[in-house]
Amino acid sequence: MTWGVVVFPGANCDRDCAHVLRAVLGADVVEVWHADRALDGIDALVLPGGFSYGDYLRSGAVAATAAIMPALRAFAAAGGPVLGICNGFQILTEARLLPGVLMRNRSLRFRCHPVWVRVESVATPFTAGLRAGEVLQMPIAHGEGAYLAPPETLDALAAAGRIVFRYCDARGRVVPAANPNGSAAAIAGVANAAGNVVGLMPHPERASEALLGSSDGRRLFESAAAWVASRRPAASGAAR
Amino acid sequence: MSALEAAAASRAGLSARDHREVCARLGREPNPVEARMVAVMWSEHCGYKHSKTALRRLPGRSPRVLSGPGENAGVVALGGGWALAFKMESHNHPSAVDPYNGAATGVGGIIRDILAMGARPVALLDSLRFGPLDEPRPRRLAAGVIAGIAGYGNAIGVPTVGGELRTAPCYRDTPLVNVACLGLLRADRVATAAAAGPGNPVLYVGARTGRDGIGGAAFASTELDGAREATDRASVQMGDPFTGKLLIEATLQALETGGVVAIQDMGAAGLTCAASEMAARGGVGVTLDLDRVPLREAGMRPEEILLSESQERMLLVVTPAAVDAIAGIFRRWGLAAEVVGEVTAERRLRVLAAGRVVADLPPDVLAEAPAYDPASEPPADLRERWRLPQLPKTDPADALLRLLAHPDVASKRAVYEQYDHAVGIRTVVGPGADAAVLRVLEAPPLGVALAADGNARWCAADPRRGAAFVVLEAAANLACAGAEPVAVTDCLNFGSPERAAGYWAFVETIEGIAEACRALDVPVVGGNVSFYNEADGGAGIAPTPVVGLAGAVPDVARTVPVGFQRDGDVIVLVGDGETGLGASLYVQVVAGQAGGRPADPAPPRAAAAIACVRDAVRGGLLASAHDCADGGLAVALAEACVAGARGASVTWLAQPDVLFGEGTGRFVVSGSPSQYRALEAMARERRVALRVLGRVEGDRLRITPPGTRAPAVDLSVEAMRAAWTSLEV
Repeated sequence: MTWGVVVFPGANCDRDCAHVLRAVLGADVVEVWHADRALDGIDALVLPGGFSYGDYLRSGAVAATAAIMPALRAFAAAGGPVLGICNGFQILTEARLLPGVLMRNRSLRFRCHPVWVRVESVATPFTAGLRAGEVLQMPIAHGEGAYLAPPETLDALAAAGRIVFRYCDARGRVVPAANPNGSAAAIAGVANAAGNVVGLMPHPERASEALLGSSDGRRLFESAAAWVASRRPAASGAAR
Repeated sequence: MSALEAAAASRAGLSARDHREVCARLGREPNPVEARMVAVMWSEHCGYKHSKTALRRLPGRSPRVLSGPGENAGVVALGGGWALAFKMESHNHPSAVDPYNGAATGVGGIIRDILAMGARPVALLDSLRFGPLDEPRPRRLAAGVIAGIAGYGNAIGVPTVGGELRTAPCYRDTPLVNVACLGLLRADRVATAAAAGPGNPVLYVGARTGRDGIGGAAFASTELDGAREATDRASVQMGDPFTGKLLIEATLQALETGGVVAIQDMGAAGLTCAASEMAARGGVGVTLDLDRVPLREAGMRPEEILLSESQERMLLVVTPAAVDAIAGIFRRWGLAAEVVGEVTAERRLRVLAAGRVVADLPPDVLAEAPAYDPASEPPADLRERWRLPQLPKTDPADALLRLLAHPDVASKRAVYEQYDHAVGIRTVVGPGADAAVLRVLEAPPLGVALAADGNARWCAADPRRGAAFVVLEAAANLACAGAEPVAVTDCLNFGSPERAAGYWAFVETIEGIAEACRALDVPVVGGNVSFYNEADGGAGIAPTPVVGLAGAVPDVARTVPVGFQRDGDVIVLVGDGETGLGASLYVQVVAGQAGGRPADPAPPRAAAAIACVRDAVRGGLLASAHDCADGGLAVALAEACVAGARGASVTWLAQPDVLFGEGTGRFVVSGSPSQYRALEAMARERRVALRVLGRVEGDRLRITPPGTRAPAVDLSVEAMRAAWTSLEV
């Protein structure tokens, strides 16, 4: 199993993701430079958090036009699993690989603390190994994480089972107090229509070792690894 | 000196005294460019004129020290082949006129000092001081500073894992922003800032040079003047964390090549400081060609290029064989990289512009500012300050709630949730605990614990005792994480040293820090001095030494929390250091003004209690540990209840001095009865006093004087939590 971690110059969670994939999961990791144009020999891809190109424009707006993006689009179109974490999620929405936008937090402040999310869909590589309704604890760390989309889009996402995670309390109840940023429908993560591209604001790589307070996030990576393994040696095709 | 010369020198910022000194050293008048360079390098901020003699009294030696004061940051061996680099610096003056950029560039600057040692920056702490937060100007400054720290620190990917925030009227117009950075590096890969090797190219890397922050160091060396605020803003640098991030990655890659001979950040006094200090340290010269410096705009004058404090720039001396590869690394990261000069055997800093020599002087003249020996005298009203004010009769429960809500004690969650404290996946214990704990990912289970402390209430009353208090409190914080102190860094924030009482307080502070460090056997490996924290002719700030302490944690999984963990656990007071209400928060809160003299900190006795708690944590003898600081025993008990969401029943005297008196080397710890027996044996052996206070139980804190039935304090954990979490920023 070989993971690719895209290294945008201002990414700051690329090393964290690579550590978890290598040292905790024992997988191979290729750091993919943002100016590269090819994604060869990679089974699954992570777009890590950070500030890709400084994000002095809308977060992820510049990264959506990076040299690596055409290869990433082709990888996603071929059904390859892609996980966008935090800034990676912002980049995927700016690139229109995922619907909606991520606006400034309702508090207008950066927020960094643990949250709980409820698994809403298991029809993605990153949640196939989880149970619907399970509650995971992972930290957030963002200033622009309020997920918004037109009402009809939100309805369509819900109807198609493309809402992957919702913010909830420790017991799994989706209540306003558990929504840290004002996201519509308490959405913490969504998928594309095929299910193979997933973006979320919480950081699973920061919740992959018990020493750091939670290892729930590791299960997203393990799920994708099992999903990839189950499809070998057949060439990667449709995600569902 | 003619009237004309005096005017020219004064324009350059040189005092008449310094002008005479530089003429004597050069054997001639400096030309105008040289005069500007000297004036900035001899500013208090860069030159330490009023402080360097006294600073020599700080203990700097330890077998662990790999690099001490004199380099960009201290480096100390951690074990397992790893070392830490650690330094704290102030960015007070810029933050007073432009809080966002002042604080942001304070973060950027200290990160690059750590980077210059060859270390990856892995953690930040910040100590902040503002005027009362119920006033509009301090609120605006606080909001700007916090946003600046978040804006820069969050983007550059170095977690802000701790720090402190305190308020007092003396910081109304002169807020303090002290930032500490911790870096990790291989013990055999310590970089140096000493230039060497005549003929070696001098490589400029990072952002381009612009007209921002020109003369910032000189600006930071004078009192603030409200009328100048608009023009002073031009002295403040602008930070760009994205470029700062690129510089970290590119610099670490460049150091990996082995072709970097010397490296320094271009911070205060920019190119002038970096070139002259690197040359002076190495006993060599440097020739610079300003025409080759990457600029943001055309038409910059030589002195502007030499003194610009544009951020995110470093100066490297590299080997000729490696220069192309190293420049290539920086360019791949999108940064400027240009050879701007070379090292020379002749010990001169020679600066060329448009083919002409615009400055030519020995680097030592710039790097070695004169040392002053200012007058020192205790303040006339010292004895008066030591008199305890009349204390109104106060209900202890009511006093406890007021102390918990005081900004010096209250939870800073509203602040630290705005900082990314988890990036880097090293943060095992984040903000809100006594000390932050980071794992050394590369050498498990090794860790580093960090704490920053300062308490001007103690220091204003008795700078020597107060400074010792501050160091011992930081060490007590580390003990709760099971950490052994290995390195101290300090920011010494004061008013004008040209006032005899101000300089006296400075010298006393250094003595106090030194006494505590000797008792703890820990070296001071670096830091900075910030004088002239005064505004508009006011009295200036109270003496505010801020101490950053780094400690080694052998096993990061072996730390204990602040809060009580299990009903039925025994609550114990460790340590019996002298306590008193003098200079305590209790006096300030109930009398409305500070007063009295702090108790004798007795560093050796405190150090014994600190070592006992540390070893008890490491040995697994405790379920919780928390040191008694502001508000004394009662506040420590309340915080342990709130943090653990559990009550406690305590039998103890309820006089104000017993409940709220402050002293050093005292801890509220808890553990099971069998853990207590082991702790008792350990403490007896070390002659550290233990007193059983009571038990963890229920959802109320009850403190009942012995022999009575009615508790003197009976508060629900929820009421204490509400008071403690009431701070809004």
